[in-house]
Amino acid sequence: MTNPLSFQRMILTLHDYWSDHGCLILQPYDMEMGAGTFHPATTLRALGPDTWNAAFVQPCRRPTDGRYGENPNRLQHYYQYQVILKPSPPDLQDLYLGSLAAIGVDMNLHDIRFVEDDWESPTLGAWGLGWEVWCDGMEVTQFTYFQQMGGFDMKPVAGELTYGLERLAMYIQDVDNVYDLKFNDAGVSYGDVFLENERQMSTWNFEVADTDTLFDQFRKSAAECENCLSRGLPIPAYEQAIKASHTFNLLQARGVISVAERQAYIGRVRDLAKGACGAWMEKNGWAV
Amino acid sequence: MTDFLLELRSEEIPARMQDKARDDLARLFTAELAKSGLSAAAIVTYATPRRLALIARDLPPETLAVSEEVKGPKTSAPPQALDGFLRKTGLTRDQLVERDGIFFAVTEKPGRATASVLAEAIPAIIRAFPWPKSMRWGAASTSTESLRWVRPLHGIVALLGETIVPIEIAGITSSATTYGHRFHHPGPITIGSAADYVEKLRACHVIIDQAERQSIIALGATMAAAKAGLTLVRDEGLLIENAGLAEWPVPLLGRFDEQFLAVPPEVIQLTARVNQKYFVCRDAAGNLANAFVCTANIDAHDDGAKIVEGNRKVLAARLADARFFYDTDLKVPLDDLHPKLEKIVFHERLGTVADKVDRVAKLARWLVEEGIVTQSPSRSREGLGEGLSANEALSVTSPPPTPPASGRGELAAQAERAARLAKADLVTGMVGEFPELQGLMGGYYAAAQGEDPAVAAAIRDHYKPVGQGDDVPTDPVTVAVSLADKLDTVASFFAIGELPTGSKDPFALRRAALGILLLIERSSLRLRLHQAFDFAVGEVAQSFGYTVAMRIGGDLAAVFDKTARDFASTRELIQSLLHDERVGVHEDNPVVSAFLESSNRATPALLSFFADRLKVQQREAGVRHDLIDAVFALGGEDDLVRLLARVRALQAFVTTEDGTNLLAGYKRAANILKKENVALAGEGAAPLAAAASTPFYTPEPAEAALHAALDAAEPAAADAVAQEDFEAAMAALATLRAPIDAFFDAVTVNDVDPDKRIARLALLARVRAAVHTVADFSKIEG
Repeated sequence: MTNPLSFQRMILTLHDYWSDHGCLILQPYDMEMGAGTFHPATTLRALGPDTWNAAFVQPCRRPTDGRYGENPNRLQHYYQYQVILKPSPPDLQDLYLGSLAAIGVDMNLHDIRFVEDDWESPTLGAWGLGWEVWCDGMEVTQFTYFQQMGGFDMKPVAGELTYGLERLAMYIQDVDNVYDLKFNDAGVSYGDVFLENERQMSTWNFEVADTDTLFDQFRKSAAECENCLSRGLPIPAYEQAIKASHTFNLLQARGVISVAERQAYIGRVRDLAKGACGAWMEKNGWAV
Repeated sequence: MTDFLLELRSEEIPARMQDKARDDLARLFTAELAKSGLSAAAIVTYATPRRLALIARDLPPETLAVSEEVKGPKTSAPPQALDGFLRKTGLTRDQLVERDGIFFAVTEKPGRATASVLAEAIPAIIRAFPWPKSMRWGAASTSTESLRWVRPLHGIVALLGETIVPIEIAGITSSATTYGHRFHHPGPITIGSAADYVEKLRACHVIIDQAERQSIIALGATMAAAKAGLTLVRDEGLLIENAGLAEWPVPLLGRFDEQFLAVPPEVIQLTARVNQKYFVCRDAAGNLANAFVCTANIDAHDDGAKIVEGNRKVLAARLADARFFYDTDLKVPLDDLHPKLEKIVFHERLGTVADKVDRVAKLARWLVEEGIVTQSPSRSREGLGEGLSANEALSVTSPPPTPPASGRGELAAQAERAARLAKADLVTGMVGEFPELQGLMGGYYAAAQGEDPAVAAAIRDHYKPVGQGDDVPTDPVTVAVSLADKLDTVASFFAIGELPTGSKDPFALRRAALGILLLIERSSLRLRLHQAFDFAVGEVAQSFGYTVAMRIGGDLAAVFDKTARDFASTRELIQSLLHDERVGVHEDNPVVSAFLESSNRATPALLSFFADRLKVQQREAGVRHDLIDAVFALGGEDDLVRLLARVRALQAFVTTEDGTNLLAGYKRAANILKKENVALAGEGAAPLAAAASTPFYTPEPAEAALHAALDAAEPAAADAVAQEDFEAAMAALATLRAPIDAFFDAVTVNDVDPDKRIARLALLARVRAAVHTVADFSKIEG
């Protein structure tokens, strides 16, 4: 790797690669969420019989992972590159390895392994089988064949690839600290863009966010979700479920949810997400 | 005779499933073939991440022709019977065979080609394959009935000799084509037959034999360590796992920054093993070295330099995390973590972990104050200074043994202190990350924070023993805490009626009970189980009652005398509260009444549960369960040390000639008494006893001799039992053997004179009672 890709060039290369392989290139969803899987282009579009191939970057917010910009590997806001292919193509592993080659991973020099890691999202009522993909011992991608989403069996099964963009870039650029990543080829680093963001957001997530407001928001999102469901509007209902999920994550970071309550909150979010998925199935006439 | 090769090629099969998959494949294959009367001379199975394969040796070209015979009616039977039989078999009268006056329908089944048997069998095996988790995939998965496999299945090689066995399943057609290593040899390979399969794959960078891959890793890793002047820490599980993750394993040694060695070695080893599947190494002095061995799946042309560098970075990030947790945890005194334990629910009906800690601390102190756990300076101190497990322990600095001279008060204080701190590490960062380090980290933190070494050791080891074969602690402080923790666990769940049933034991109560038995046996603890259970259940009841009271109103909590210890008074207290108008909770409150009912039954239920556990555990030690029953049947014996001493003496005795004959004599006496319905106690026992002691007629010589023998043996046996000298008690009983035999030879029990008959029955009852001072011989088999 004489001239490793910058962070943005790596994203553009993945876009080109997956565009060439028949994917729609979508943009990030404009809401806070904990993982790319929450994007309706994954959750809702994975359901039903229609063919659906899409790729997009999704910013992820994990308030409890914040480290005030002091940990070289942990961020409360980071990017995932998400590919969803339905039905899962027979050569999905080869397609994936092709994308690694495209961004400059030499597979005759590096050790790529598929290590068992079954994926489950209790808040989405979803699970699948697959692997975490290791590159020289580092997990760079979550590779999953969805089996259920929102409590519904996948008909057909979709394949989901979730690349950890920062990790992959750190690996390709051979840097030990995420903030040292080259964002572009003109001298701007990841730290230039995001370090102050991490500091302020960590402080807000852990110390400042008003918990009464958050509890109130959670209740209101849940109520609004039910309201949308009663009006036969699965998409806005699902958006409210995403909001409730993120509000719950913030409450966790504030340390105001006890172990016993935690399960109840997760169950509540799952019910909302399942409700939205069910309404989506119904709206599209996919018999449940 | 021909060999058959089957290869099922898929995407990566989880390492942990490969061994079982091989066994299942062999089993299902054998069973399917057996249905057609086929069997192979030998079956070999292989698994790699990407393929599951089977070679069956020496299959015949076709199955044997068989003739099946169905028996029909007698030739003399009415014609309706014959008509029915013909309808059933679809034959005509002249096709039946007559033999010995009976009709038989004979069907000749010609032999089938083995290839066609296989062509049917293989799809059946694939469809029935019992993967622990399986999935659907691809376009076919529009139906939930589509084929399930562990991961997408891509190819089937099925060759009988050199001929392809035609198989089609879920759009996959069998062929002679497979693929080599994913990166070294991605192209197709044609397999000729079972004979060249292994070597053709080897030429394409696939070592099909898992055992060979394991030895390559073991040898390579050992050599790499030796080359660096180090010794590999062997780890069989890790070896198997790594062999399940590579088709072409290449062990590579790397180094990590020495500064991480400040973290406890168990943490480094666990991080390396669990997160990264790396082996670790020791230096010449036996200490953990700053080296790891990873296993790549590729022979890189830079000899793995880049791979090692990448893995080093990942490990460094992991160790940096671990070090951060360790340093942060060290700064917080274990005492200060207690409030956090109040927020962790132990069980919804048993309060928080803090409640449990409180109960365990009281129990640990009680065990010492009652003299059950004592200083035992003569005992060896095994179990201290052990690392993760006996076979992979890294050397850890051991604290000095507990000073032997300290008194009971000090020991009680140490036991309580250790118990109060024992669960604190559950809320530390490190244990949050690695739950399997619970106990161990607490021990490290306690030692670093200046706790007494015996207290630190007790915190570290109080989960032990976690099963048969684990180290059993012997240091008294550790024993007190470990025993208290486990007693509380079993007593708590029994108190709320959560008993293990069948294969269900969600709270691992059987394991806790086994731990208690091992602790008692190892240190010969004189513990009356019922007393300990009563105390432990009492503590649970008290904390339950306290919770109820707190729920009702804080002021009533004061009603509880927190020093009240016995269960009965706590129950009374709860009941009196229920009748208190101010409380407003009534006896019919379902939670309260359910608790009162289940806790009331807890101690007897625990005793029978432990009797069962003891039998299971002792069976492995070669002790006969009927002998344990014989001792338990006496009732009231719940001191396990004494019980086992009695059982061992009994086991030695019943195998001697005296023992066997005494048992025979006893059984004869007991049978007569049973037939005559003579009770051992209760109504009718008193006149019998009188009759036995004062015969009013001249007894026959053998009868008199038996009286005399009993006069001597009874006090001797009773004395010996009181002294807990069970060998002597057996010896005393042995003196009865000859007189009993002589009695049965010479004397008729059922004498025509009813008085004599009664007196002789009474004598037999006396024999039975004498034997029962040692054990209930009626429970002994044989």
